[in-house]
Amino acid sequence: MDFSFSSEQDDLRREARAFLESNASPTMDQLADLGWVGILQSEEFSFVDAAVLFEELGRALYEGPYVLNEVAAQPDDDVWSIEIDGFVPHLDSVDRVLRPDMTAATASGEVLTTVDETLGLGRLSPDGSEPAQGEWPEVRRRLLAALALEAVGIGSKALELAIAYTADREQFGKKIGSYQAVSHSVVDGYVGVELGRSLAYAAAWAVAEGDEQAELLAVTAKAQATEAAVAACERSIQVHGGIGFTWEHPLHRYYKRALWLEGALGYGREHRAQVAQYLLSS
Amino acid sequence: MDLRDTPDEAAFRQEVRDFIAQNLPDSSRRRSGRRFEDADRDWSRKLGEAGYAGLTWPKEFGGAGAPYSHQAIFLEELARAEAPSHLGVIGIGMAGPTIIAWGTDEQKARYLAKILSAEEIWCQGFSEPGAGSDLAAVRTRIEDQGDHFLVNGQKVWSSFAHIADYCILVGLGLPDEPRYKNLTYVIVDMHAPGVEVRPLVQITGHPEFNEIFFTDVQVPKENLLGEIGGGWQVAMTTLLHERGTLGFALAATLDVAVRKLVALAKERNVSDPILRDRIAREWIELQALRYTNYRALTTLQKTGIPGPEGSISKLVWSENNQRLTKLALEILGSHAQLTNGGGDGDGYWQYQQLRSRGNTIEAGTSEILRNIVAERVLGLPRSR
Repeated sequence: MDFSFSSEQDDLRREARAFLESNASPTMDQLADLGWVGILQSEEFSFVDAAVLFEELGRALYEGPYVLNEVAAQPDDDVWSIEIDGFVPHLDSVDRVLRPDMTAATASGEVLTTVDETLGLGRLSPDGSEPAQGEWPEVRRRLLAALALEAVGIGSKALELAIAYTADREQFGKKIGSYQAVSHSVVDGYVGVELGRSLAYAAAWAVAEGDEQAELLAVTAKAQATEAAVAACERSIQVHGGIGFTWEHPLHRYYKRALWLEGALGYGREHRAQVAQYLLSS
Repeated sequence: MDLRDTPDEAAFRQEVRDFIAQNLPDSSRRRSGRRFEDADRDWSRKLGEAGYAGLTWPKEFGGAGAPYSHQAIFLEELARAEAPSHLGVIGIGMAGPTIIAWGTDEQKARYLAKILSAEEIWCQGFSEPGAGSDLAAVRTRIEDQGDHFLVNGQKVWSSFAHIADYCILVGLGLPDEPRYKNLTYVIVDMHAPGVEVRPLVQITGHPEFNEIFFTDVQVPKENLLGEIGGGWQVAMTTLLHERGTLGFALAATLDVAVRKLVALAKERNVSDPILRDRIAREWIELQALRYTNYRALTTLQKTGIPGPEGSISKLVWSENNQRLTKLALEILGSHAQLTNGGGDGDGYWQYQQLRSRGNTIEAGTSEILRNIVAERVLGLPRSR
């Protein structure tokens, strides 16, 4: 049993983080230059490698279609999005859309205004469609794991902001992070994100290996990690006080992304219903 | 990353399964997951003989010198078989490692083997009525009388004290020295004159742990661990082991509890979506705890230093176990008040739910653990 990333994967994480710090939302062409596009179809990489990138992209609040394009894993050079719960993220910036009935549609339709303004969420126009490659349960499983991994990135970053702020901000003559009412809330946020991280990494491995636990781990990780990311953002906003509630601070963007991740492909309640069905009917 | 057993781990797992299948009497099996003092001595002796008691102890002290992954596998398999753990948990998990770290050759020769064989049972004399989370505030006196120590004081929350042969005791050795430099750590013979154990009835109605009164107890000088006034450092070794090796044991007990919860829910055909949601949540939290332990274990095996993930295990487990046992009572519904002889179950959940309230207090209160995570893992400023 070895639950750690390889040194190559650690290097990939370092490179990704450094690159995204200077350019949080690169174009698909730029990502192709890095060798990240088509990662799941290459012999060289596994879903665990992709997992490193998905987490780092979440952490950087990346705004493009890369993750969905990789999860769709279609064998052409088009840029793909995936229709999720009737809506298509990044509709304006992709060529084609993979639908849950495993048909491919041309990316055209109406783009909607959303809470997370970076989603580019759209509704497809009725259009001709053709069969796509793959099976929906497998796409869904990859997507659940990817959403969980993005959430781990978001949650970690929101907590890092909370830690940095509360370790520095003074009120009543003391750093507010020394008050247990503040620090214990941050700890609870950290605990939730770390539990989510463990599940998300386990899900990534199971998906990569086609392990028999992959389905269960993917829904489990999605439910836990996305809820933990939302909670981490909420705790971070709270301990930031007034500033965290404004657009002067980036926290609201992490929070809105976390809210999207929590609801995409269903809220945790639906995934827990699936888990309960597995536990109580077997 | 590979979450499967290595060939070596798989072979060890099979060996443990075979051992349990051949050696665990049905009478012991039924007692698993109950009070942890119910583990019987015969089973403990068998575990010792088979080399499972001190799996991670060095070979020179009678251990197996096995990697931590074997300890994790062993505990997982005990949980799967619903088998009780070794009776000498304080000796194996706390006293033994402390003696290995700080003891003289004579102490190692005298005590370690009999811990593993369950011939001698140990208890812990740390907490006092006036010193719970604040261990450095202990008042029990360990006076140096030249040719022996004289011990006077009271300890509390001491599991196994009523059957223990020895106690690891922390007390005030140098009362005039400043905090953290005034403590002394000794081994006390529980059969010595002046040692009195009184059972303390807990919330469950059971006297699971005890008070120990020490009245002019003479302790030989060779029972000192570390130095006079150096007891704090020795105690930190004990607590490090208490918390460090605990994660897998806790996940294993939670595994048993979740299995029983799922069995109960199936038996009752639970269809209420809210209850089903909460059952799933407990199962998910167990998986999260297990995989978090695996992450910590991998870090420990690769670097020799436990990862920060490990420090959250006990915090998470204790709150999980409280929620889970409460949930079981809700599934029992109106029968939740009925204990033994009530015609519905054997009082298992009623006992476990009350017992779980101690989980967030023992071995570091949740408040102290949150301070530890805040300050040592997250690097937040100290709260005091």
